[in-house]
Amino acid sequence: MALKTEEMILNMGPQHPSTHGVLRLELELEGEIIIGAKPHIGYLHRCFEKHCEAMTYPQVTPYTDRMDYLASMYNEFGYALAVEKLLGIQVPERVEYIRVIMGEFQRIASHLVAIGTYGLDIGAMTPFLYCFRDRERILSLFEQTCGARLLYNYIWVGGLSHDLHPDFINQAKDFIKYFRPKIKELNDLLTNNKIFIDRTANVGILPLDLAINYGISGPNLRASGFKWDIRKDDPYSVYNKFDFEIPIGNGTMGTVGDCWDRYYIRVLEMEESLKIIEQALEQIPEGDVTSAIPKRIKPAVGQVYSRVENPRGELGYFVMSDGSVNPFRVKVKGPSFVHLGIMNELLKGYMIADVIAILGSIDIVLGEVDR
Amino acid sequence: MGLLDKQFNDDNIVITKVDDLLNWARLSSLWQVGFGLACCAIEMMATSASHYDFDRFGVIPRPSPRQSDVIIISGTVTLKMATRVKRLYEQMPDPKYVISMGSCSNCGGPYWEHGYHVLKGVDRVIPVDVYVPGCPPRPEALLEGLLKLQEKIRNESLVKKS
Amino acid sequence: MKSTEEIFEILKANFGESILELVAAVPVEKFIRINQLEIDKVCLFLRDDQDLLFDSLMNLSGVDDANGKKVASENGDQIISGGTLSVYYHLESTKYRHKLVLKTSAEREKPDIISVSNVWRHADWHEREAYDLLGINFLNHPDLRRILMPYDWEAGYPLRKDYKNPEFYQGMKVPY
Repeated sequence: MALKTEEMILNMGPQHPSTHGVLRLELELEGEIIIGAKPHIGYLHRCFEKHCEAMTYPQVTPYTDRMDYLASMYNEFGYALAVEKLLGIQVPERVEYIRVIMGEFQRIASHLVAIGTYGLDIGAMTPFLYCFRDRERILSLFEQTCGARLLYNYIWVGGLSHDLHPDFINQAKDFIKYFRPKIKELNDLLTNNKIFIDRTANVGILPLDLAINYGISGPNLRASGFKWDIRKDDPYSVYNKFDFEIPIGNGTMGTVGDCWDRYYIRVLEMEESLKIIEQALEQIPEGDVTSAIPKRIKPAVGQVYSRVENPRGELGYFVMSDGSVNPFRVKVKGPSFVHLGIMNELLKGYMIADVIAILGSIDIVLGEVDR
Repeated sequence: MGLLDKQFNDDNIVITKVDDLLNWARLSSLWQVGFGLACCAIEMMATSASHYDFDRFGVIPRPSPRQSDVIIISGTVTLKMATRVKRLYEQMPDPKYVISMGSCSNCGGPYWEHGYHVLKGVDRVIPVDVYVPGCPPRPEALLEGLLKLQEKIRNESLVKKS
Repeated sequence: MKSTEEIFEILKANFGESILELVAAVPVEKFIRINQLEIDKVCLFLRDDQDLLFDSLMNLSGVDDANGKKVASENGDQIISGGTLSVYYHLESTKYRHKLVLKTSAEREKPDIISVSNVWRHADWHEREAYDLLGINFLNHPDLRRILMPYDWEAGYPLRKDYKNPEFYQGMKVPY
């Protein structure tokens, strides 16, 4: 009698130390090899879009914080831009600069978590501790500015809740001076580590045409070798005034678009963010940050789609107004939601042990996947 | 009541009650389920990381509920997740403790009114020992919550039935 | 780089005027309204035409227009009867850098719209989300299941304006 084999279904999550939250993956296995993967999401569905319809425009801002809780500043930034576009108002230049500074600090903080937890997933404990040590300094900068460590409610429609405190610029410069050598330390510790390279290079290769068709954006798209960054290609706020590079993956350790490339793009982007902050700190003008905040937000009937380059990719807000003080419909295109959709294609043919490496390199935040 | 109140220096002898000894052992190595739900999980991670160092209280994240003493419900519990949280809790060996971290798991937090898919408080499915308020609580607040839990364990008795 | 009007002219030449309509009076963003049963053909054309090349779908969002009549149901709740549910598509070409907004609507009682998930795989999960939260039925979709809400959720589609939350789900009290 011939030996009969059958596929095995393996459940991963919702409680799993490396699913970055409450994600459940249903893996179809043939031995060690994955032949299909079905992500099940919604374990953190917090009804963001329903809340928007019940709140007034300014009241929505705190809820946007809680979507992508690693990049709260950028979520507020995107929402503020969308509503400002709908209202057709201009904000003072100082506000734009502070938004950019905060946004880029947030990008570094978010990438530090991504890199740290990625190391943790692969089995390296130390980078996690180092990254959180540096992140703590950024959080303390945020805390001194707006009083919160994680969820800020700082960037409002039309302005900011507070101006920078008098010592902020000095402290930010100190941080840049402190952080530059730390990136090198991180490279020595993790990026060029033989074991780390073995686990990540040539694993989870994402071809470019597939990436565009699946709507992948941000570092994951750039790792596949496409120079696409909304900060440069569809500039918003004052990003066109700064000089910075867009790093793309070139397959240094393996193939273009593998896990190592996706990881390394984030390291390079932190350096670029430092450059942007440095320039912004030099150029920042004086002004009043609360003068343009509208007393009552009541946009005319219409709809707008506005997008920003979040640390994870393209964060889009589709805001529809029916002329009342509440938004009629707010739909968020979260990059993590989109990136998770490709898991099935990306995991096929790899081993179980690679699932963690691939999932970690995609860098998802479940709060934004489920909203 | 410390463990080392009655000790004789010469022969390394400590006299204490069995309860105190057991409780001292239990409260000094509370292993938590490595389980994060939402925003608060990031603050929980920050608490275990270098700056706040959960380890000094003996709190180490374990990947399995079967090796854990305490579960920190760090974030919003949705209806889809509630049954899973309950199962995780049931898989933990006795004696087990629950810390509810943040407004969402205390009472639904900012989602209490319109959250059609949010469980309004994790205490609707599992019993909670310590509630830590905040949205999200600072790491210091979580540490305080842990100290409160340790105080609770210190006053328990495993020998006497209460 | 082409404007919405130019793209509309190209579409009109290829598909005729019966299934298309340009809506330009809306503030901020103009859109082209397309028949809900022809949308996949138009999208495939938009993606593959050498002058347009809309290779990227930025966003797909379902909307409850709530433009029907408000009536009381048997148990006294207010429900909306008639009117439409709509879907907005935001397209972009990564080569030519032009953008386009499409809109399609279907009747609330029979919300059938052809899926575009075979044009852009990106649409797959967005359509599942629109089905889950608004109950829009995407024809030809490969795997139309609930995505965010539990699979056994029976209380309807939460983002519809007349949605009413159930009292209990699996023995757990839902309202505060």
